This record gives sequence, C-alpha cells and structure tokens, in this order.
Amino acid sequence: MTATQPQRRVRIGAGAGYSGDRTEPAVELAQHGALDYLVFECLAERTIAIAQQARSKDPELGYDPLLETRMKAVLPAALRNGVRVISNMGAANPLAAARKTAEIARSLGLGDVKIAAVTGDDVLDVVRQGDFCFVESGERVADYKDRLVSANAYLGASAIVDALAAGAQIVLTGRVADPSLFVAPLIHEFGWRMDDWQTLGQATVIGHLLECAGQITGGYFADPGFKDVPELARLGFPIAEVGQDGAVVITKLAQAGGRVTEATCKEQLLYEIHDPQRYLQPDVVADFSQVRVAQEAPDRVRVSGGRGTPRTDTLKVSVAYFDGYIGEGQISYGGPGALARARLALDIVRERLVLTGVETRELRFDLIGVNALHGETAAVGYAEPYEVRARVAGRTTSLAQAVQIGNEVETLYTNGPAGGGGATKSAREVVAVQSVLLPREHVTPAFSMVEA
Amino acid sequence: MKLRELAHSRTGDKGNTLNISVICYDAQHYDHLRTVLTPERVKAHLRDVVRGDVVRHELPAIAAFNFVLGNALGGGVTRSLALDAHGKSLSSALMDLDVEAPAS
Repeated sequence: MTATQPQRRVRIGAGAGYSGDRTEPAVELAQHGALDYLVFECLAERTIAIAQQARSKDPELGYDPLLETRMKAVLPAALRNGVRVISNMGAANPLAAARKTAEIARSLGLGDVKIAAVTGDDVLDVVRQGDFCFVESGERVADYKDRLVSANAYLGASAIVDALAAGAQIVLTGRVADPSLFVAPLIHEFGWRMDDWQTLGQATVIGHLLECAGQITGGYFADPGFKDVPELARLGFPIAEVGQDGAVVITKLAQAGGRVTEATCKEQLLYEIHDPQRYLQPDVVADFSQVRVAQEAPDRVRVSGGRGTPRTDTLKVSVAYFDGYIGEGQISYGGPGALARARLALDIVRERLVLTGVETRELRFDLIGVNALHGETAAVGYAEPYEVRARVAGRTTSLAQAVQIGNEVETLYTNGPAGGGGATKSAREVVAVQSVLLPREHVTPAFSMVEA
Repeated sequence: MKLRELAHSRTGDKGNTLNISVICYDAQHYDHLRTVLTPERVKAHLRDVVRGDVVRHELPAIAAFNFVLGNALGGGVTRSLALDAHGKSLSSALMDLDVEAPAS
C-alpha cells in the first residue's frame, strides 16, 4: 500500500452504435483497449418488433441477427483479456441469445463462461389489458388492439448490475435504455447508490456519449474544409476512462482512425435529446445543461458537470403495431431538361394512380436532387441539377395497392418522358412505433444465468 | 454569412420530434447567435418540413443551442414516407441559413 495510490479507473468501450454497425472496431478494442467492459448498443426503436416477429415463427430466434457474427469475432480476445461484454442484442429473446452465445463460446473452446440474460422488458400483456394512451398522438392503445406486435419497457441498470454482481462475464438484454447499458457496469464497479442522482446524472452523460460508438470519435461529423476527420475508413470506437466520482475522459486507440475533440463530444452530447435539463431515463432524470468539455491532450477530452434529479415513477414503453403498407418507386433523368422530364414523370404517376383506382391514405412526390430532403423552398436560388431522380411513395391499406405504386413508376420506362433510367420499386408492411408511459410497479426486471 | 461559418450541427430524432443542435466554433459568438438565431427564424427556414412548434434550449457552458422541432418527421421515423425518414440531413439545411455577421 502506498499513500498516493492513483485513483482507480474503469475503462469502457463501445462496440457498436446500431444493429448493423461495423465489426472490426470492436475487435480492435477487445484486443488492444485494455478494457474492463465492451458494450454493444444494437437496438433501434423498431428493431425489437421485427425481432418479435422472428421469434413468433421460431421460439429460438428473436435476437439480433448479427449476434453470432459479433460474438465469434469479439469473444476470443474479450475473454482472454478479461473484458466483460454487455449488449441489448438479446432483442426480443435474451434467453435464446444467451443460449446461442454459450454455444458459440463452447464451439470456440473458450472454457467456462457465465452468461446472463436480462428479462422483464416485455410488457405486451400489461399494455394489451390496460387503458393506455400514446404519448405523442393521444390515441388510445385499445384502438390498436388487433394490430399490436410488441410492447417493451425501457429498463434501467438494476438487473444488469445484479447480473454482474453474480459474476456474469456476458450480459444480454432486450430493451434497456441505451445509457443504462453503460451506467450499469459503473454502478457495479464503484458501488454507487441507486439514489445518488448527481452521480447517476454524470454516468448518464457517459453512457449517452458512448452509445452511438463512432459518432463521438469523428463518425457522422466530417464536413470537408470545415470539420475534417482523418481515416474514417478505419474509424476507431470510443473508450471512456471513468473514476470513482464519475469523472471521465473520452478517448480512442492511437492506431485507430477518427478523432476525439471538444466538438465531436458536444455534437454527441446533444444528439437525440430534447430539454437538456430533463433527459428522462429509467435510472435518473439527467441534467446535461451544466456539462463542460475540455481537451486535455490530442484525442483525450474530459467531460464533467453532468447532474441529475430523482427518477420518475413511470417507464417509457415502445409499442409496435402494424400500420398498413408503403409502396415506392424511383426513376432517374439526366442531361438537358432532366428536371422538366422528372416533373412530368411525377405528374403522370399522380394521374395514373387516380385513373387506376389506387387508394392511398398519404402520397408523396419527390425530386431527389431537388426537394426530397428539405422541401421546395430550400432549393430556391440553387442551380438546376444535371440529374434528378423522381420518387413516389404512398401509404395503402393493402399490399397489392402498395405494389401498384411502384409499378406505375416502372411503367414510365415505355410510357413516360424520354430517357428515364434505373427504375426501382418496393412495397413493404409498416411496423410503426409509439410510446406509452407505464407505472414502474408493472415491470419486474430480472436476470437468469446460462453457463457455457 | 451562412450559419455554417459560425457553428456546426447534428440532428437527432425521437418519434415525430426532431432536435437540431447548433454549436458555436468560437464561444465568443454565442451571445450573437442567441440574439439572431431565434426559434421563429429556425421554424421559418425549415417551414417545408416542420409542422409543429420550435423550442430553443440554451447551453452556455458549451456555447451551444438545442432546437426541438415538433411534428417534423412525417408521423415518426417508423411510418414516414420521406426519403430521409429520420430527418438526419436537416442539420445541413439549417447550416444554410443566412445570418448577420458578428461584430468581431
């Protein structure tokens, strides 16, 4: 024992920022990051509903489709280096994901591995039987009864903390608030109280900064000439070095591409938040308004000042339901008069959909290259583009009518303006998501252990 | 001058609500942008896309603003007909806004 023992640091890396994210940056972190934890956030709003549909066809499915790929790539280095893995890749079936991961660990000869599955987020029965209204639209959930696909509460950190305390080396969850995937190992390591709101607020800042992986190391940031980022093809994912009091430095591996600056940290801090003083999370109401960032060395940024107030009595629940169909078609025009021909193409399809009796609840006509992203007025004052892509999208109640929309775009080949090319069409069933607020007493987070 | 010369930005989505951050390159420009970059002006600039209210949150500690735009995502990411259903490209639309140059 020495009197001036350096403060203990916990090192957490982010292994994925969304379900389809790159794989190699996580492997690089597992190998060279000297990490304690590697966290994969892979569950978008609608992903779990799609996974639920897979599970209803096969009870051993319903977890993230890339689970196997990621685990095979990462586990050898992670387990060799004592890195514990936490992920919401369990999606609609955390238990099956844990069993699959155990099978992978066995097949790789990785020895005894303790894998925990966190459950309790699936509240479809509660939502189906209760009297709830959607937060944004105010509509009654009961009116959607026959079309509901899934309902999952955003769990907090507690069940993950319990699983880590029980010795889990890998924790797989379904719906958990993204920052809580990172808050949990910090609570476990530092023994923070679940009502230490200030510290949990700072921990939420850390989780929020890491949850989109490359978005804080220079991904989704570059704007040549204004904000340049080196080596985006080899973008490294972030590491947080966290102290007992929640003090944190965000950094990356020196050999990895990208950069960590005050600007990249600020952009990610404000990503997907509304009122910065009240960022509602299951563990705490986080306050980002006093957060400060300070570059202390190249690719090392200190982030401080996260605060919090007591958590609310309700949990957000994402409710997914079938919401009709979307049909779409696109076709391109180039050269002199491209814009006029694309406009003519849209006019023709508009009239054809009426003539052929395609019933739509909503229709949209875009000129990609002109007004598809930001509307008509944004393009005023800009020169006419050399090439334009006409796009028609519509909402229908039947798949057959959705298919007709794409067909009417495709038939522009032989029936429409001159020089149309590259037509594409698609039709899909829509799984829409809205939120309800559920009193906490309806939700019982738990974990169960699977041994490989 | 274009807002792009004074600030950078990222868009986020939740349901049918969009947020667009505006972060000063130079903290000294914060007060100037606080004066000229009103929520009304942001709403007018993005009027083809934003159907609801625009609220501005201020973060002087990092010389930034967070604009929250209601009813801006065609009914929400999961059901929108838009090419960019997340509205992710809208930060660039806001950076195209013409603003008065700061005094220094």
